[in-house]
Amino acid sequence: MALLEVRGLEVAFPQGRRAEALALRGVDLDLEPGERLGVVGESGAGKSMLAFAILNLIAAPGRISAGSIAFEGRNLLDLSSDEIRKVRGDRISMIFQDPMMTLNPVLTIGTQMVETLQAHRRIGWDEARKLSIERLAQVAIPSSETRFDSYPHELSGGLRQRVVIAIALLTDPEIIIADEPTTALDVTIQAEIMSLILRLCRENRVGLILITHDLGVVAEATERLMIMCAEKVVEEGPTRAIIDTPDHPYSRGLLAALPQRSERGKPLNQIPGSMPGIADLPGGCAYHPRCERAYAGCHLEAPALEAHGPRRVACFRPLLEKAEA
Amino acid sequence: MLSLSAFTRRFLADPTAIGAFIVVAALVAMAVLAPWIAPHDPYDPLQIDIMDSEMPPSWMPGGEERFLLGTDPQGRGVLSTIMHGTGISLLIGIGAVIVQAFIGVSLGLISGYRGGWIDSFLMRLADIQMSLSTLMLAIISLAVFSAAFGPEAYAQYAIFFLILVIGVAEWPRYARTVRASVLAEKKKEYVDAARIIGLAPRIIMRRHILPNTLTPVLVISTIQVAEAIVTEAALSFLGLGMPVNRPSLGSLIRSGFEFIFSGSWWITLFPAIVLILLILSINLLGDWLRDTLNPKLRRGED
Amino acid sequence: MTVLVETRGLEMRFALPTHFLSREKPVLHALNGVDVAIHKGEAFCIVGESGCGKTTLGRAIMGLLAPSAGEIDFDGTRIDKLSEHARRPFRARMQMVFQNPYASLNPRRTVFDTLAEPLHHLRPELSGAELRKMVEVVMLDVGADPKWGRRMPHEFSGGQRQRIAIARALVTDPEFVVADEPISALDVSIQAQILNLMTKTREERGLTYLFITHDLSVVEHFGDRAAVMYLGQIVELANVEVLFDGPRHPYTRLLLEAIPKLDGGSFDQEHQPGELPNPVKPPPGCAFAPRCPLANERCHRERPNLSVTGATQVACFAVEEGRD
Repeated sequence: MALLEVRGLEVAFPQGRRAEALALRGVDLDLEPGERLGVVGESGAGKSMLAFAILNLIAAPGRISAGSIAFEGRNLLDLSSDEIRKVRGDRISMIFQDPMMTLNPVLTIGTQMVETLQAHRRIGWDEARKLSIERLAQVAIPSSETRFDSYPHELSGGLRQRVVIAIALLTDPEIIIADEPTTALDVTIQAEIMSLILRLCRENRVGLILITHDLGVVAEATERLMIMCAEKVVEEGPTRAIIDTPDHPYSRGLLAALPQRSERGKPLNQIPGSMPGIADLPGGCAYHPRCERAYAGCHLEAPALEAHGPRRVACFRPLLEKAEA
Repeated sequence: MLSLSAFTRRFLADPTAIGAFIVVAALVAMAVLAPWIAPHDPYDPLQIDIMDSEMPPSWMPGGEERFLLGTDPQGRGVLSTIMHGTGISLLIGIGAVIVQAFIGVSLGLISGYRGGWIDSFLMRLADIQMSLSTLMLAIISLAVFSAAFGPEAYAQYAIFFLILVIGVAEWPRYARTVRASVLAEKKKEYVDAARIIGLAPRIIMRRHILPNTLTPVLVISTIQVAEAIVTEAALSFLGLGMPVNRPSLGSLIRSGFEFIFSGSWWITLFPAIVLILLILSINLLGDWLRDTLNPKLRRGED
Repeated sequence: MTVLVETRGLEMRFALPTHFLSREKPVLHALNGVDVAIHKGEAFCIVGESGCGKTTLGRAIMGLLAPSAGEIDFDGTRIDKLSEHARRPFRARMQMVFQNPYASLNPRRTVFDTLAEPLHHLRPELSGAELRKMVEVVMLDVGADPKWGRRMPHEFSGGQRQRIAIARALVTDPEFVVADEPISALDVSIQAQILNLMTKTREERGLTYLFITHDLSVVEHFGDRAAVMYLGQIVELANVEVLFDGPRHPYTRLLLEAIPKLDGGSFDQEHQPGELPNPVKPPPGCAFAPRCPLANERCHRERPNLSVTGATQVACFAVEEGRD
């Protein structure tokens, strides 16, 4: 049994007075201890929604309308708010895109780290301080003892994100969910932060769910990959396999559109049209209006995620033959 | 950005907003139509009879049907005076807000767009003005006007003085609101695009920035109308506002005040109720408008 | 090849707001002596991370900022000190596309008004019908439906808005377009569409582009020549193939290594935190020296200038001294 097993997760938001639209339409996710999973999709595909839903952080008027989230065997959705608080921030940590979402600008970093520790453990202030300073050093923050007393605004963006990572690792969690952790950072800082996250996850055997729109980042950082489109998973499997030989037309479209995959002087391979909003989904497969492989059947029924070799695809006409995949 | 249909939908969904709107609309209609629908003209000396003075409301002993809410010491019907008085109060309220908005928006635009010493100067001026109470400024200026022009001329032009004084006293609120919007809009790239074409600053301010600062202006305007009406009522109550022969709601309250303890409570009470209803409804409407037009409070219902 | 746009010794300093009683008057050095020469018809890219000054450079060239020192030429004429009246004939010839499609269109004006405005102001001799025709033509050019003219910006997606923004830049038939991170705010699948659009219009109209970006893969695909900037200076300048096949400057190499590649390998090496030095108190000497593995004593003392080294221009003592 996997460390984290999500089955059929659905998130609904009210649309007007009576109707509801689904911001997440039945997602399954498995994570083994220490495994690194990438979740890729464009804006509005539902990947952040997935992260928030796992930690039961969906704010009203949204709600989790179906599904289960089994962590170490227990369904997180059945837990009381006290019990889930023991999981959130302690066994499963989260890193956001904007460090200022995690860091309180009016408290020193040290205070926030100690607070986090004391919220989840019985630990005295001095010992918490020592532990925090050690962690700050582990994330390569120079002069960690003095930085302990700094305010967030005194640090640059890259250093702040390191602090956020340190806080996420303070309680030795089993899983870290990182939602676009480096999107707002410069490319050289991104490389630093990502190598740091990967090393720490490897050393401490922490599972990683990395949410991003950047295929290059997941290619470097993850072992398994989930591609989301229109609030559903369309392809899932080993990262290397998907990047080298994508199965779903959308996966191929995304990869082909990258300038890295284009020849100089030739137009980029673009995907026509744009993704519909959650209230305007077409019948059947949500991608079919943009798909070059669509046929009549794609409009009638939405394809389910089915095994196709070591991976799973939701498509009636996937790119790889059954034998090859 | 709220479309008209979404706006209407939200309005029809909120009973408080509908109620407040109905009350305001009714009072405004009453005021506008007063010359035609008031049972009497309280300011026509031929129509009033001193024998009718201090009659109680029609449902009480001693009251008559033709004076529904009773009469004041001069024999004027209280209902008629309220109908006309509301009109005066609204006129002053709206007039003052027009003056405030004109001055405040213009100065706020210039201050925000130009920046530099003009901005510092105007904002310090606004600070100084805001630290002086409007009421105090009004009292001083009106007393000076009254002394300078003499009581007859003052009585004749009182409505203009009041509009002017309340208008000029409150411009900083508009200026600050608009300036904040201008500072935010100035950073947006559509302003850069306008500058690249070579449009003059004056044109950019008027054509591009001004329309985008109007939402907060609309919101505070409703509440400012209520403020102005209350200020004028306070001034009239203190004797510095509208004269007795053209009273606003405040003056009516004042003229009836001395009769409260001698028994003719209706002369003060009814105008006071109407004033409170008016102010309350305008404020509720203004609050609702502010919440509705606040993009951060959007809750995914549209 | 004729030079269309040129800057010489361009400097930009901003006084930072301070408490009026404080004695220090900190100044932010956004540009520290930038020389570029953009040739007619080329796609010139400026690459760098946040704080390098690339956006400031674009804005200075377009006249949104007045340089603290240095000169800017357009088609042989010096334009940075012109009066509004004298600058006017140039405005129709140089236009800009901005990064944020949600802020670059006035939310209170229809699409048609936004597109017609440059023509109204810069080509007043056009009749109403001619103007409408030109707007329609440019909308079709960018793949927009002319019926969009009556609608307001908020009805459109990011990609569509960017098309409208490009249409606005092209409506006066300019020769030179500055594109400041035009695709960073868009979804990946839309980025390709917009880049293709920009390539197509460039070919059709013979445009010269100044393309400002932090995304090196776009530079490799789209650019002819590129300049890498760091803390207000150009550190390397070369044809794009040369830059990618053989980067010389240590910062360029760091940048290229750091790009996540689909084939993997960039995140294996861990680097010490390297932060941009403070642009208010730039270090004496080479700005990259504090982070540079090849820095020697001279690097910390003197500032290197761009000098030709083989097929590229590099501002680096290590390269000059053959230490790289």
